[in-house]
Amino acid sequence: MNKKRKIADILVNIWMRIGLYLLLSIPVFIVIGLFWKAGPLLKSQSLANLLFSSRWSPMKGEFGFLPFIFSSAYVTVLAFLLSAPLCLFAAIYLTQFSKQRLLNFMLPVIDILAGIPSVVYGVWGILVIVPLVSDGIAPFFGTSSSGYSLLAGGTVLAVMCIPYMLNMLIEVFHTIPVGMKEASLSLGATSWEMVKHVILRKGFPGIISAFGLGISKAFGETIAVLMVVGNTLNISLSPLKPGYPLPALIANNYGEMMSIPDYDSALMFAALLLFVVILIINLFFRYFIHKGEKV
Amino acid sequence: MNSMTLSYQSQLTARRAVSQNEIKVSELKEAAPIVEIKGLNVRTKDGEILKNINLEIPKNKIVVLLGPSGCGKTTLLKSLNRLTDLHKELKVSGQILIDGQDITKAGQNLANMRQKMGLLSQRPFPLPASIYKNVAYGLKLKGIRSKKLISHSVETNLKRVGLWNEVQDRLKSPANSLSIGQQQRLCLARGLAVKPTIILADEPTSALDPISTKIIENLFKDLKKHYTIILVTHVLRQALRLADHVVFMYYGEIIEQGHPDDILKNPKTKILKKYLIDGN
Repeated sequence: MNKKRKIADILVNIWMRIGLYLLLSIPVFIVIGLFWKAGPLLKSQSLANLLFSSRWSPMKGEFGFLPFIFSSAYVTVLAFLLSAPLCLFAAIYLTQFSKQRLLNFMLPVIDILAGIPSVVYGVWGILVIVPLVSDGIAPFFGTSSSGYSLLAGGTVLAVMCIPYMLNMLIEVFHTIPVGMKEASLSLGATSWEMVKHVILRKGFPGIISAFGLGISKAFGETIAVLMVVGNTLNISLSPLKPGYPLPALIANNYGEMMSIPDYDSALMFAALLLFVVILIINLFFRYFIHKGEKV
Repeated sequence: MNSMTLSYQSQLTARRAVSQNEIKVSELKEAAPIVEIKGLNVRTKDGEILKNINLEIPKNKIVVLLGPSGCGKTTLLKSLNRLTDLHKELKVSGQILIDGQDITKAGQNLANMRQKMGLLSQRPFPLPASIYKNVAYGLKLKGIRSKKLISHSVETNLKRVGLWNEVQDRLKSPANSLSIGQQQRLCLARGLAVKPTIILADEPTSALDPISTKIIENLFKDLKKHYTIILVTHVLRQALRLADHVVFMYYGEIIEQGHPDDILKNPKTKILKKYLIDGN
């Protein structure tokens, strides 16, 4: 009996270790694969040229990724700016001020929103956001736009990020002890002061985590953005102009034009770039989470 | 002969006790009540938590709310500074007069009203900030901006709770780096800094070791010279050690109240008798 228990213990231990190492090895293998595939391009061109050149002409062997990086960053920041404050205040309201009934109603709605396939958001973007930009927002600012723009991409992305961020923020605010809120209120804080000094401070690492998740999701999102962003090389600060984010470049071109030398390698480099940026975003947010946890 | 002597002695003791009780009751009645609760009911959709509570709490005394878990002690305590408002499912009716002002009425300045009542919870809840900022928090909410005044208050109140020597060289450290006992004293210092008139203490020593418990109890004995303390506990010995007046609650009702020597040593109701026997 004792021997059996010992063997079972060893087997479970080995199984857990194998599972853990398998999980940890996945991103390592992805990076190795992408790096290996992007190798020919990295050998023929300098990294600075790839990252900071805006010339994109695969036929001539010019692979400047700047317009793609710019578009990706632009729609991500736009999506973040549109969704983060909305999610933050909605989560605060739902967890601190609203009736339990409203929260109970909202939770399944948020889950449904998270479960909608991104292509549906893309279609919604084409049917609603693109005409809104072309017929409403652009004329309002005295300019014209086809509607397929960075703004449309950012808006669709924002809507897509909301359920993830909101869900996480609600979870974060629920973990803040009621006693801490009571302590703040009993010292004479108003509801807003309590939110500012307790909820936002105590929840800071969680808020940062939720924002990090939202930004990572936005940066890597492909289909919905591809459908509304215009997919045109462009470096313009105007949100009404079209753009071409990195994931759209990969999705639009992979499997095609493989006869062009280094094109395959360039797309793999784009994927590697996406991976590295998301890693940097996560490390950046992790730093703030760690800093916030010390308080 | 012996039985006669005994009965005479017991009568004498009883008379003495009665006269002592009269003195104690009259002492309590002499002090004007700082808190008057009239017909307080708290209910949820599932039932009543507090049923027709009528209670007068005199100034500068320690009033202990005693009773088994779930009898409504904490709800009664939290009704006094309207922290029950945080729980939307609670319906509160009746009157709570603090210094003659009904705090249950709409339009009350809740923040000002709550500052009159320092809260010490079961577990210490330091705010997510430094030791210094925890004590300074209430003062800043009061609108005090002078760094000199704030620093003076931080030092005074930390000294008052016997924490100054332990933390004076690490005031900027996070408050949660302190031990639980120190955190509880910090929370008391934080509450005292806003100069309340009443201290609401909800089983403040339940998470503490005996030494920290003794420190808090001694502090309460000292603080009652200047504050009214309403203490929730279900530790009978603590009630005996600290209370000037004990209120025994059971299933949302006040069953008995009086001087601890009376009601804890000579309970009148069966419920309290049983509680005391089980509790001992």
